[in-house]
Amino acid sequence: MSALTPLLTASELFPRGVLPYLLGGLLVGLGAAVIYLATGIIAGASTFLESTLSYVSDVPRFNRFKYVRSRGWRLVFTAGIVSGAAVWGLVLAPDPGIWTTDVQWWRLLGGGFLVGVGTRLGKGCTSGHGVCGTGSLSNTSLVNVATFLTVAIGTAQLVQALGVSP
Amino acid sequence: MTGNDRSPLFLPVIYLGGLIFGFGLAISGMARPEVVLDFLQFDDLGLLFVMGGAAVVTGITFTVATRYLGDAPLTGREYTRRLKDFDRNVVIGGAIFGVGWGLSGICPGAAYASFGVGNYPILYAVAGMFLGAYAQGYWRARQSNDADAADATSG
Repeated sequence: MSALTPLLTASELFPRGVLPYLLGGLLVGLGAAVIYLATGIIAGASTFLESTLSYVSDVPRFNRFKYVRSRGWRLVFTAGIVSGAAVWGLVLAPDPGIWTTDVQWWRLLGGGFLVGVGTRLGKGCTSGHGVCGTGSLSNTSLVNVATFLTVAIGTAQLVQALGVSP
Repeated sequence: MTGNDRSPLFLPVIYLGGLIFGFGLAISGMARPEVVLDFLQFDDLGLLFVMGGAAVVTGITFTVATRYLGDAPLTGREYTRRLKDFDRNVVIGGAIFGVGWGLSGICPGAAYASFGVGNYPILYAVAGMFLGAYAQGYWRARQSNDADAADATSG
């Protein structure tokens, strides 16, 4: 009985198992590691937003040297992310094909807006701070991750409690 | 780094890294907002293994590179940690990001990957992120102009 309890608990906490998560995480880290080892660049996904805005906006903030200089490779990095996901989702997955979300459009748009504001103000996102920052034990990143994780859990629980689904 | 001292392999390797990164995001399920929301609602804690697995790999890579390797082969850059400064905005920005992530289940890298699995409704989130990044940049540019003006009048 006492030996079974942890197993039952584990399957409740991980209804889809842990393997795809662990494998996916290791590959996400590997992608960042390949770029870092070859170029010395710490890859974050959210600076793409600002650097790409420099193509279409005159606002000086988006046209600072570091954004204009990096906007080319950031487009290539993002194209890589899109196509890498496509290779899995459309070709190699057990059930290949287009998948679409049921999360309502206003949640995506409003949430996306806040993600855009917050990652830029907070200097990074789940890849810059969450993967690369925590990997290098940066205090700034650890504080940022602890903050966004806590607030996101609170927000998601609140939205669920209000009966919004999906 | 002007572009002249970059190896011709620079962009192909960036693309390859992005490809592996996006492939991993798709396998892990993070490209699906539902999976992220399940995690935040404590229905499926698998995402801990995504973040943890990724951070272990980057952690080992950063440690080995900064201690034992010289310069990056394709750019000549030194392997440094390049830590970001801590200020109030790290916490405020993190909190705003948290509300957005909790509401939508989407963060930047995962959103691009989600588009890759054919999830076209995610363009609402991508559009939102660009609008948010624009609003943030526009607002802070104005704010710093105001601060400059205040400095000029007071100084």
